[in-house]
Amino acid sequence: MGVKRTDSATGPALLPAPFSGWFAEKGWEPRAHQMELLARASAGESLLLIAPTGAGKTLAGFLPALTDLAGRGRIPPGSAFTGIHTLYVSPLKALAVDIERNLMKPVSEMDLPITVETRTGDTPQAKRQRQRLNPPDILLTTPEQVALLIANGEAQRFFKDLRYVIFDELHSLVTSKRGHLLSLGLARLRRLAPDLRTIGLSATVAEPMDLRRWLVEQRPGEENHAGLVTAPGGAKPIITILKSEERVPWSGHSAKYAMPEVYEAIKAHRTALLFVNTRSQAEILFQELWNINEDTLPIALHHGSLDVAQRRRVEAAMAESRLRAVVATSTLDLGIDWGDVDLVIHVGAPKGASRLAQRIGRANHRMDEPSRAILVPANRFEVMECQAALDANYVGAQDTPPVGEGALDVLAQHVLGMACAAPFDEDALFAEITSASPYTGLPREKFRRIVEFVATGGYALKTYERYARIRRTPEGLWRVSNPQVAQQYRLNLGTIVEMPMLNVRMVKRGARGAIGRGGASLGKVEEYFLEMLSPGDTFLFSGKVLRFEGIRENECLVSQAFSLDPKVPAYAGGKFPLSTYLAEGVRAMLDDPARWSALPDQVRDWLALQRDVSTLPKRDELLIETFPRGSRHYMVAYPFEGRLAHQTLGMLLTRRLERAGRRPLGFVATDYSLAVWALDDLGHAFTVERPSLADLFDEDMLGDDLEAWLDESFMLKRTFRNCAVIAGLIEQRHPGKEKTGRQVTVSADLIYDVLRSHEPDHILLEATRNDAAAGLLDIQRLGDMLARIRGHISHRRLDRISPLAVPIMLEIGREPVAGEAQDVLLAEAADDLIAEAMGADRT
Amino acid sequence: MQRLALAAADIQDFGAVSARTVVAGVEVVCDPLGALFLPETRLLVVSDLHLEKGAAFARRGMMLPPYDTLATLKVLEAVIARHDPAIVVSLGDNFHDRVGSAHLPDVFRARIAAMARGRDWIWINGNHDPDGTVDLPGQSADELHYAGLAFRHEPSLLSPAGEIAGHLHPAATVVRREKAVRRACFATDGNRLLMPAFGLMSGGLDLRHKAMAGLFDRQSLVAHMLGRDRIYSVRFANLLG
Repeated sequence: MGVKRTDSATGPALLPAPFSGWFAEKGWEPRAHQMELLARASAGESLLLIAPTGAGKTLAGFLPALTDLAGRGRIPPGSAFTGIHTLYVSPLKALAVDIERNLMKPVSEMDLPITVETRTGDTPQAKRQRQRLNPPDILLTTPEQVALLIANGEAQRFFKDLRYVIFDELHSLVTSKRGHLLSLGLARLRRLAPDLRTIGLSATVAEPMDLRRWLVEQRPGEENHAGLVTAPGGAKPIITILKSEERVPWSGHSAKYAMPEVYEAIKAHRTALLFVNTRSQAEILFQELWNINEDTLPIALHHGSLDVAQRRRVEAAMAESRLRAVVATSTLDLGIDWGDVDLVIHVGAPKGASRLAQRIGRANHRMDEPSRAILVPANRFEVMECQAALDANYVGAQDTPPVGEGALDVLAQHVLGMACAAPFDEDALFAEITSASPYTGLPREKFRRIVEFVATGGYALKTYERYARIRRTPEGLWRVSNPQVAQQYRLNLGTIVEMPMLNVRMVKRGARGAIGRGGASLGKVEEYFLEMLSPGDTFLFSGKVLRFEGIRENECLVSQAFSLDPKVPAYAGGKFPLSTYLAEGVRAMLDDPARWSALPDQVRDWLALQRDVSTLPKRDELLIETFPRGSRHYMVAYPFEGRLAHQTLGMLLTRRLERAGRRPLGFVATDYSLAVWALDDLGHAFTVERPSLADLFDEDMLGDDLEAWLDESFMLKRTFRNCAVIAGLIEQRHPGKEKTGRQVTVSADLIYDVLRSHEPDHILLEATRNDAAAGLLDIQRLGDMLARIRGHISHRRLDRISPLAVPIMLEIGREPVAGEAQDVLLAEAADDLIAEAMGADRT
Repeated sequence: MQRLALAAADIQDFGAVSARTVVAGVEVVCDPLGALFLPETRLLVVSDLHLEKGAAFARRGMMLPPYDTLATLKVLEAVIARHDPAIVVSLGDNFHDRVGSAHLPDVFRARIAAMARGRDWIWINGNHDPDGTVDLPGQSADELHYAGLAFRHEPSLLSPAGEIAGHLHPAATVVRREKAVRRACFATDGNRLLMPAFGLMSGGLDLRHKAMAGLFDRQSLVAHMLGRDRIYSVRFANLLG
């Protein structure tokens, strides 16, 4: 558990005998924060421990429970039922499994009379049943399992002896809807076991007070928060940027060019973790590494779409130090203790300071030695972004998102769960729910609407009373209408809404019928991606180039391909645009050639060329370039505000240009710039001010235009779909029949449109708008940017593409099409038909 | 999805671009609202209305919005007003489940009665509602043979010639410049025609799906896709660009 002898004095050893002996045997000494936490928790305090990776955080968290249980002794057989003593909640199944492994070591070495078990989605039904009858002392589990356990009729009995609840990686749990659901679960646990105390384990966060409040009961008019224990920070990490001899590409995110050098770095270290931002990047890099893996080093791949068994194998091999490198996405972000990792390679620009710090913390789990990390920029803009990050001492910064107000869809799910546990009194449940810190501000009236939503959908048109899922008993308690409701609740519980996915199964080439059955399952891929494929197309998945054979029922059939030029899976990870917080740094660097000396030659030459043929954007201005290319006219803007903001801006600019009659055809956005293309000569149009650039970029576009667009946008529909599934309006799974994700998508869009046109103030639309407000943070940035550049727009009319515009021009054609542009594509397809002079006459 | 916007908007009677084509020698007009009109006989076909779909789900514990019936009826009113047909054929799955028509709220019943006034109305039985309708104008039938065409809910494998059928909710995906757009469509090879689902809360099934296999001569199959106010006609072979 990463505890190691330190030279500093650590205070008096307050440890009970078996523990002090055990520490001594290991040559370890308990650290100050471990002892402080033990003393205060044993005295009855709830606590938040903030400690860097490698500080022995997990052992610290368990010490109070372990010493308490050790003091209790073995329970004689035949005693009355004893519920669980300690609940440990982790955001990741893998983490729970990992902790069990680590916790069993001291327990068995000290021969402590303590039983420890895990319970996750993967736990077999029989074991779960047995756990309910004969619970372990310490249960290691996930937020979803907590929700399931408290919605059970026997929750009271199961949790009555609960003393400690330990939340690991609390900083990452609380900011999501899972955290909201968990906070409600904790409120219920406090009611079942009023004496319980909580221990939160967290990395450094921007607002520790948010977490401290989260951990304890909130009452109106009181300011309650858990105590704080802080461990001293570790050594500063050593971070470098990969200086490649190869040509750094103009655009893209794969960083293929750097793989030979990355491979050398892997060879020079014991074990390396390669973090990438998306699953498709992970696939590509893994393949590239194996292409050059002449020493056949054991290099593995780990991401969320892979088969569970395969992931577990990788984790186990990692724990046993049998691997030299793992290519991973955020599935490995959190605090799994890998021990031997001595290098973290981060591919792509650091898109968030806290995340980068977490990932770098994976290297060298010993806090007194510095972690080593190499940043590998995937393109030329990222070179600058990485450099700006290092210059700004970026890694020390904290940008964790705020805890946020409790989501309403989560609340709806919880209310149904509580009805499944036992009939509830509306006022009593309201008091319980508002004791959870994310929900303290919940108005009573809104809670009433949520209860109504759970019962009959909460529509103004009351036609569903006779189908209600929960009803009032004569005593005024809400109870479920029938047992099937509880069954449906259990099947659909959780806040993680899966993208529609299909299982990928290997078959023989050309096999589509019965012969195809029985091949290995490789994992899951998103259904919408497959819709774009025709049989025979190839794509990269699970580290292999696969040939798409077809879709059968809920499976995607593939065969081994020999193609060298595969299409690449487009995962959700790739579609969620990452926002950069380094815009200011990059702008400053562009504007200051003196700082270019830190950049590689080729990037410097690129910038110099841009200065010669066009201009470089000044720090406080917006550069717009216009140029013709092929039969089209392009406008490229360089706001450096992140892709989300640029996408919104692109949509709004396109609408404006359309209204001005400039016939825009499309746009594309990256983290750094934005390109719009049109049939009209945009350069000429701006010169004669039809429209003027000042008008085009006027802030008022964030008014009505934005509102209109948002309502139609994909983002809101996707958000609604998540809310509808979490709130239980749409089931992901129905007893007896699996609904595929695709079907959920379709009906969610339909329901969204129905509600919008018929009941715009429905509670679920309110929940959707609240959620979307998070996405609107980027609109705030956009507003700030538009205000800043007013009067500072610099227009360059060029006769051809500029060096700075090359990266974004290479992105054209990779973006999904949205809204009105759909009809343009349809018209294009229909025109093909007309050109063939066949088919329908048109009236 | 796209079609639902129809219910909210005022449906304009001008400017819409239909597609004319010929099925087994009979001239038909594909209306972008999702209905088929036969000018010769002034017969209007709609298919798969799936009325009371929300209520059908609510009966099973999923409280979908109760507004789908109204939305679908509004568009139906608009397309009937546009063509003023002498005969309306609703091609099956008129209701989402067997008890749908019996439980239909009176206000909707009245709207259907108003639409049916002064014309013939035929409810073809579908697999969702095989027992016919309760207390609604018009008559129920399993099939209708009229004007040289056969109207039935499920396409039959035996007699494609001149068949107008529904059931499958055909949709087509156009891929251009690596981008995909999917829309409900009329699908015809000149011999048989499959109707798009008219119900506004109905999904679609791609023409490439195996359930469509063998129904059409793919060489001459054309998807007449429903756009906002026009039909986009794309040959099957050209859908994927």
